[in-house]
Amino acid sequence: MSDASGASGEVELVQLLTPEGERLEHPEYSFSGDDEQIKGFYRDMVLTRRLDAEATALQRQGELGLWASCLGQEAAQVGSGRALGKRDFVFPTYREHGVAWCLGVDPVHLLGLFRGVDLGGWDSQKYRFHLYTIVIGAQMLHATGYAMGVERDGLVGTGDPDRDMAVVGYFGDGATSQGDVNEAFIFASSYNAPIVFFCQNNQWAISEPIERQSRIPLYRRASGFGFPGVRVDGNDVLAVYAATTAALERARSGSGPSLIEAYTYRMGAHTTSDDPTKYRLADELEHWRLKDPIERVKAYLTRSGRGEEAFFADVETEASEMAADLRSRTLALPDPHMLEFFDYVYAEQTPHLEEQKASYAEYLATFEGAEPVEEPRHAEPAYGGGI
Amino acid sequence: MATLTMAKALNAGLRRALEADPKVVVAGEDVGKLGGVFRVTEGLQKDFGEHRVIDSPLAESGIVGTAVGMALRGYRPVCEIQFDGFVYPAFDQIVSQVSRLHYRSRGLLKMPIVIRIPYGGGIGAVEHHSESPEAYFCHTAGLKVVTCSNPVDAYWMIQQAVASDDPIIFFEPKRRYHERTEVDESVAPAPLHSARVVRSGTDVTLIAYGPVVKTCLDAAEAAAEEGHDLEVIDLRTLSPLDMAVVVESVQKTGRVVTVHEAQLNLGLGAELAARITEQCFYSLEAPVLRVAGFDIPYPPSRVEEDYLPDLDRVLDMVDHSLAY
Repeated sequence: MSDASGASGEVELVQLLTPEGERLEHPEYSFSGDDEQIKGFYRDMVLTRRLDAEATALQRQGELGLWASCLGQEAAQVGSGRALGKRDFVFPTYREHGVAWCLGVDPVHLLGLFRGVDLGGWDSQKYRFHLYTIVIGAQMLHATGYAMGVERDGLVGTGDPDRDMAVVGYFGDGATSQGDVNEAFIFASSYNAPIVFFCQNNQWAISEPIERQSRIPLYRRASGFGFPGVRVDGNDVLAVYAATTAALERARSGSGPSLIEAYTYRMGAHTTSDDPTKYRLADELEHWRLKDPIERVKAYLTRSGRGEEAFFADVETEASEMAADLRSRTLALPDPHMLEFFDYVYAEQTPHLEEQKASYAEYLATFEGAEPVEEPRHAEPAYGGGI
Repeated sequence: MATLTMAKALNAGLRRALEADPKVVVAGEDVGKLGGVFRVTEGLQKDFGEHRVIDSPLAESGIVGTAVGMALRGYRPVCEIQFDGFVYPAFDQIVSQVSRLHYRSRGLLKMPIVIRIPYGGGIGAVEHHSESPEAYFCHTAGLKVVTCSNPVDAYWMIQQAVASDDPIIFFEPKRRYHERTEVDESVAPAPLHSARVVRSGTDVTLIAYGPVVKTCLDAAEAAAEEGHDLEVIDLRTLSPLDMAVVVESVQKTGRVVTVHEAQLNLGLGAELAARITEQCFYSLEAPVLRVAGFDIPYPPSRVEEDYLPDLDRVLDMVDHSLAY
């Protein structure tokens, strides 16, 4: 086909599982896992959708200040998240709840950020999942720099699967217009950094359609920067898993960066503050609803006889219990104390800030019945997601 | 003991830092083969390799943003921004990322990044090569900002900055790059975040930093011939400010003139005036007065000598102070 930009050639889309739940063969990519693994993907996606729905509900009830839903993007996130090796490191945007789930980040941390009790409360080194980045595209340079460090550490191309590692940087279609994303492409290409650029093209940057960001399919941008790009059906967890696995292997082996465009759809609003009815048609939503990432896996498992009713029911039960637990722990999150934040600004505290803190503490103490000023920090909850 | 220019002293300091810690890397435009446009990194790539002294693509946000990633991986990047006026493409990464990751992570993540910026005017340059943007960075919580005024400080301060676990914006007064003094490595340096009285006096305190420290020392010499004994403070650290040295001086002299090349409005002089008023009110014999760049964009170089605070403007303001 020939698109409006004059760029020619068929737009290719890697798909291994149709919306109807039928497996497809692809000349370059294949899913070699078994049905147990697919059932695992199903569980991950259902739980991700459930935690996302719970967070949206909590926002509506005034318990979160904001929530950025990943509804509809579960396959893109779980497929890529489950392709990660034990050493790979992720740099997310603020919507990668499914990837966080796969890496075992307790979802209460994600909700805590949106509740406003902290600015990203998880140990990013422990989970290999960097803090959420809200400035669009900024994290792609961090991901690239991290990958440059990995390469300097000699952890690329050794052939030892216990040593070699790669980095995945997540970003969206809107971010492809950012200078930082384009600079990340250039730095990664120039230094042959071990990184996978994972773009979830969910078609909308708040109200702006993909046509406002790009006149050519996004995956084709890669060739201009000197590395391969591929478009996968972002609602097909098998295709995403296969493409990410291949891209990670390429990066770990020292063959450099690549771009994956996961072609998907933001089924919800940009965030809970957004109203998509003002800029997009219900028809479009219906069109994409038929391509739902979870339904197609359920259809496949049902058809193949691997998904017994009991399995689906168990996942539903687990999702409900997880959501109830998440809700209660989110509501129990203690507010931090303002005085804490003076201590986090610098690794080596300055006299000026110490004085400012002391002065504020003295001011607080002038109120009748003032509470003690040093509140203990809440310990990390003992709940682990994923697995 | 060696006699070094400030550029050579910085080079020697960076060399020590690279030797001391294999995690230290230098990155920037033209810092490798060329040794930087001011030759501050001359010879470093040859001796430490392309993996540690990195010629970057021409993208300042990319230089700083990838430094964030390298810092997260355990490296200690020293970024060079080629000229003061070219730091703005990196402003978002500095203000929204570098300054905040320690804070955002409640101290779990450290950002041991040094961003070197040659700054200030007086070299007859074209536009965007003579600016003094320090106030933007001092205003940003989470950054520390320092500037050297002489080769000895340059040698030590760059090493101390690299050793710091906090991000440091390191301003280098480019018109002083080629002034030389003896650098005695056997004399222990002062702490990085300390100001210093560089000339003791009793009548008026001049507070300066970077390129105008020398201007103020010259002004003090001239004033002495007229019977005025001026004290000169080299701030060295702009954020945090070392107020102890300032307060002690003001309590002695009762009169203060601040001097910087940067524009007057909301410059360092304004913060100094506010803090001195708060902390030394009963010692003051005159309001804190300020000599600064005018509140115009940097002018074309043929008139920059009129824009930059010089000896006469400093002495004129000293006279105003003494007239109260």
